[in-house]
Amino acid sequence: MSRTLIIAFEPSELEQLAGFAVCLAQPFDALLVSGEPSADSGAERVFCARLAEVPTADSVDIGLAAACAGYSHVAFVSSMRGKDHAARVAGRLDAAMVTDVIGVESTTVFRRPVVAGSAIATVEVLSLPLVITIRPAGFPAPQRSGNSSSVESMVLEVEPKSRRIEASAKGGGRPDLTQAKAIVSGGRPLKDAETFERLIGGLADQLGGAVGATRAAVDSGIAPNELQVGQTGKIVAPDLYIAAGISGSTQHMAGIKDSKVIVAINKDPDAPIFEVADFGLVADLYDVIPELRSKL
Amino acid sequence: MKRVVDPYAKVRPLPDGSGLDTAGAKFEINPFDEIAIEEAVRLKEKGAVTEIILVSIAGPEAEDQLRKGLAMGADRAILIESLAEYDPPSVAKELAALVSEIGPDLVLMGKQATDDDSSQAGQMLAALLDWPQATFASKIDPQGRTLRVVRETDTGHETVELDLPAVVTTDLRLNEPRYIALPGIIKARSKPLERRAPATTPSPKTRTTRFDPPPARPPGRILGSVDELVAALRERGAV
Ligand SMILES: Cc1cc2nc3c(=O)[nH]c(=O)nc-3n(C[C@H](O)[C@H](O)[C@H](O)COP(=O)(O)OP(=O)(O)OC[C@H]3O[C@@H](n4cnc5c(N)ncnc54)[C@H](O)[C@@H]3O)c2cc1C
Ligand SMILES: Nc1ncnc2c1ncn2[C@@H]1O[C@H](COP(=O)(O)O)[C@@H](O)[C@H]1O
Repeated sequence: MSRTLIIAFEPSELEQLAGFAVCLAQPFDALLVSGEPSADSGAERVFCARLAEVPTADSVDIGLAAACAGYSHVAFVSSMRGKDHAARVAGRLDAAMVTDVIGVESTTVFRRPVVAGSAIATVEVLSLPLVITIRPAGFPAPQRSGNSSSVESMVLEVEPKSRRIEASAKGGGRPDLTQAKAIVSGGRPLKDAETFERLIGGLADQLGGAVGATRAAVDSGIAPNELQVGQTGKIVAPDLYIAAGISGSTQHMAGIKDSKVIVAINKDPDAPIFEVADFGLVADLYDVIPELRSKL
Repeated sequence: MKRVVDPYAKVRPLPDGSGLDTAGAKFEINPFDEIAIEEAVRLKEKGAVTEIILVSIAGPEAEDQLRKGLAMGADRAILIESLAEYDPPSVAKELAALVSEIGPDLVLMGKQATDDDSSQAGQMLAALLDWPQATFASKIDPQGRTLRVVRETDTGHETVELDLPAVVTTDLRLNEPRYIALPGIIKARSKPLERRAPATTPSPKTRTTRFDPPPARPPGRILGSVDELVAALRERGAV
């Protein structure tokens, strides 16, 4: 039963997971929880549950676990939602689990960062089935195979346990942090939410990018929690990452190391962020950002 | 509660890749578990909880962290003493056995251990017990036999309601743990700490075979002006 099932909550995850499935070099199928499959993912069969919204993890774990029967490998995207569901399903299946996979050595040996990215661990899987969450940046979307998948409807069992009574709306306008080509992030020295939005948000919009923040900025209420980048926030990999007023803690760096070009703007020449930055400016962000905006 | 290497310590792989060099580093309560302990204490202060039992599966050295948790306000501690390797499925199974024995209404855990960064054990325990779960909690509001929990999500937050018994895992914004000075820890020495053997035999399903340093980034350049930065970014095709 060397076969992979990729579980996507929405169509955009299909392609991210397909890149990983191709690396495993074994046949794979896809389960799409909500929405319609957009492009040819390379999966042999795509099972579409067409749920109106993604249920809470404890309400759909039995259904998802049932759909995993017969698969040696089950993969989710390493988002908060992915981790919430994947470990619950792994518990149901009594499966092995590897979180945050960034590299594949074989069908039973994987690489993943540990201790806030201080080391890359090689993890050997001792029993199957295996549930995995993957960081999409490690797995570029595959070339289109040209063969189209067979798309089949499926009934995904939902048995309500915890009840969602309210959810914040998706952030307006700006691209998703985990998929953005450019990100501008701000840290503690941004005075307040209004200043953060004007300076960091303004530059991000000019670049057509997303906005990120440090934990210090989120904790002090300058930025909303979903913008936190780092070990315990979002892992990003844009072409351009601009860090303004960010010291470069291990925890923050854990989330940005896969960015192509990192720019640091910091008043302190000894700030650790300069150790990872491609380009650094030792300067006051309140001077630099307006000047940068006028010259870009 | 898991005992982990101080999250602010610089940790590197050993030169032969066989493990992590934590020599000289302090060990602490996993920061998310400290938040879980703090939340339990606040729930007790509100009258929503009658007894707080702090549990760790660890070697004897975790006594220090358990004592600190007792000083924060836990009523008693159980050290499930073992030197064996536990992966999150093994942790979940051992905790499930303990939960069946002592019958708590709520299990509070961290959303992840900051050493293995797995984010697995809480959800696995909830699945094994067939209990509702709320991960990444940033607010817990008890309403009789129901909890109203605000959870952090990829797009912001959501509110869920779940009936007890349940598993809740903590996120950073749930609370700010109180500071405990040494005298407080010494005073808590009279609180009961039970050592016992595991009820299950751990059988890890995964094993880490190597630790390598993360790939280094090429050295960068400090530039003298915004003009130089704009030029450099244009040259790299980044803008
Ligand atoms: C369990 C745990 C998990 C964590 N997870 C995360 C995470 O996911 N993400 C995260 O970011 N952090 C995380 N942290 C927090 C992390 O350790 C740091 O505290 C945090 O990243 C610091 O944020 P900062 O750089 O904004 O603030 P600071 O460290 O205070 O740095 C501010 C910087 O701004 C510079 N500065 C000040 N004024 C100006 C100015 N006018 N112009 C230019 N520069 C200026 C200063 O020189 C300084 O370097 C975590 C911590 C723990 C314990
Ligand atoms: N050895 C352990 N003993 C007790 N609790 C643990 C142990 N390991 C993990 N946990 C709990 O499970 C949570 C998630 O851990 P993990 O799945 O390893 O990221 C932690 O925050 C703890 O609350």
